Amino acid sequence: MSSIGTGYDLSASTFSPDGRVFQVEYAMKAVENSSTAIGIRCKDGVVFGVEKLILSKLYEQGSNKRIFNIDRHVGMAVAGLLADARSLSEVSREEASNFRSNYGHDIPLKHLADRVGMYVHAYTLYSAVRPFGCSFILGSYDEDDGPQLYMVDPSGISYGYWGCAIGKAKQAAKTEIEKLQVDERKTCRELVKEVAKIIYIVHDEVKDKAFELELSWVGEVTKGRHELVPKDIKEEAEKYAKVRNRSSGDSHNKSSLQHGLLSYFCPDRNPWRRRMTLMRITCKQCCKPLFCHFTDCVPCFRHPGNSQLYCRQ
Amino acid sequence: SSSCTFLNVTFLYCDENVCVCVQTTIMAVEFDGGVVMGADSRTTTGAYIANRVTDKLTPIHERIFCCRSGSAADTQAIADAVTYQLGFHSIELDEAPLVQTAASLFRDMCYRYREELMAGIIVAGWDRRRGGQVYTVPVGGMMTRQPVSVGGSGSSYIYGFVDSNYKPAMSKEECLKFTAEALTLAMERDGSSGGVVRLAVISEQGVERQVILGNQLPKFSTV
Repeated sequence: MSSIGTGYDLSASTFSPDGRVFQVEYAMKAVENSSTAIGIRCKDGVVFGVEKLILSKLYEQGSNKRIFNIDRHVGMAVAGLLADARSLSEVSREEASNFRSNYGHDIPLKHLADRVGMYVHAYTLYSAVRPFGCSFILGSYDEDDGPQLYMVDPSGISYGYWGCAIGKAKQAAKTEIEKLQVDERKTCRELVKEVAKIIYIVHDEVKDKAFELELSWVGEVTKGRHELVPKDIKEEAEKYAKVRNRSSGDSHNKSSLQHGLLSYFCPDRNPWRRRMTLMRITCKQCCKPLFCHFTDCVPCFRHPGNSQLYCRQ
Repeated sequence: SSSCTFLNVTFLYCDENVCVCVQTTIMAVEFDGGVVMGADSRTTTGAYIANRVTDKLTPIHERIFCCRSGSAADTQAIADAVTYQLGFHSIELDEAPLVQTAASLFRDMCYRYREELMAGIIVAGWDRRRGGQVYTVPVGGMMTRQPVSVGGSGSSYIYGFVDSNYKPAMSKEECLKFTAEALTLAMERDGSSGGVVRLAVISEQGVERQVILGNQLPKFSTV
């Protein structure tokens, strides 16, 4: 991460000496600053979950949605610059609509992902424009092709997945998705709860306070149409997620620590305290403050509930 | 040039008493696992038979064919254009195209240029989604799917035969016999249809083509 592209990062039409296009990589960093979105494919459909951070209490509830309907049977969950994502959702809608108008049937998802990927890629070729600062996950369900899930990133490549995550907590989310071991036996209804749980797990309560969970699905349960999950099912999923989040034992240790912290506040008297900026670290599960010890200048945290020492990483 | 309509025959171009118009009898039937398509083989320029062994069953893609009726030039041009578009689409999608897609492309062209064209087309084929399908795109540019469809000037004479003899869930051999008989009856009565009967069977395995020559056509007591 330390390589700075001085001079080679001013436009997307310039390569660096080690063969990278920095503008595209910076665009991907913009995606990593945004909150998480995940999509998981199961036996009979696809479920999307988005952690939509609420920056102000004055916002109307449900505004600035991050899940879009591209066609009747296709949904898109985005991460990154929302304005860029909106513009790309319009482009995707046009592609899907033109396809139907020319060929008389629903666009296959792989084709849509390729076409939108081509469009995104075009903006990485010229210095007059900047690359799109958003990644998005496309999902659809079709009787013949089954459930499909594709992700497009700012470089314009599209990947097919059975489970993927984008945004700031994508690594943690990917770990959780892999733990799920989504196999052919899960249905959409079960998966909705798991998706809600994953979003609640990866949500960082210290840095980002309030968030709204957006859930949507497309599958046999919706007869192939992409829809927001109905209110009652969503409430049930959120309840499940909150309970599981609080009581899950195995994530009581390292995953409760936040990555990338630079400063600590130690409740017990510590000679380093005066030199550090204040930031309280709390355990995500039980919300108790952790005790901070320094061992060879490496900060370690101790959970009040048990006596083990946990290192920062 | 003047245009006049007489029965089912529309003269597109009249110059010095020579009229260029092509009429025919074409037919397609769905069965479980594929389609059977048939056509006569006569192309006329007025009263003169310009080609007595025409092939009116044109391949659009590996398992999609069309039967052409109306102006020979118009239908050949449309079929060429649709073959190109469908081939491109199939390569983009990296899979075999749907019969419905081919029929939509025919319909778009026939409807958009309906004032300039005189084309009645039956699109039939097999795809892995819905099996054997027959779509008819008559003059004017409508498109609809039918289990059995007849077209061309000779079709008027066999509507009764087709309606009374068609049964759903016929086998491939029964469909072949049904098509051959219907075309024979039309060819006997319609002046613009005749020659040999060309048949094609399209299924998952591929395309089988046959020709029934004049002396091998089924015989009916009144003809």
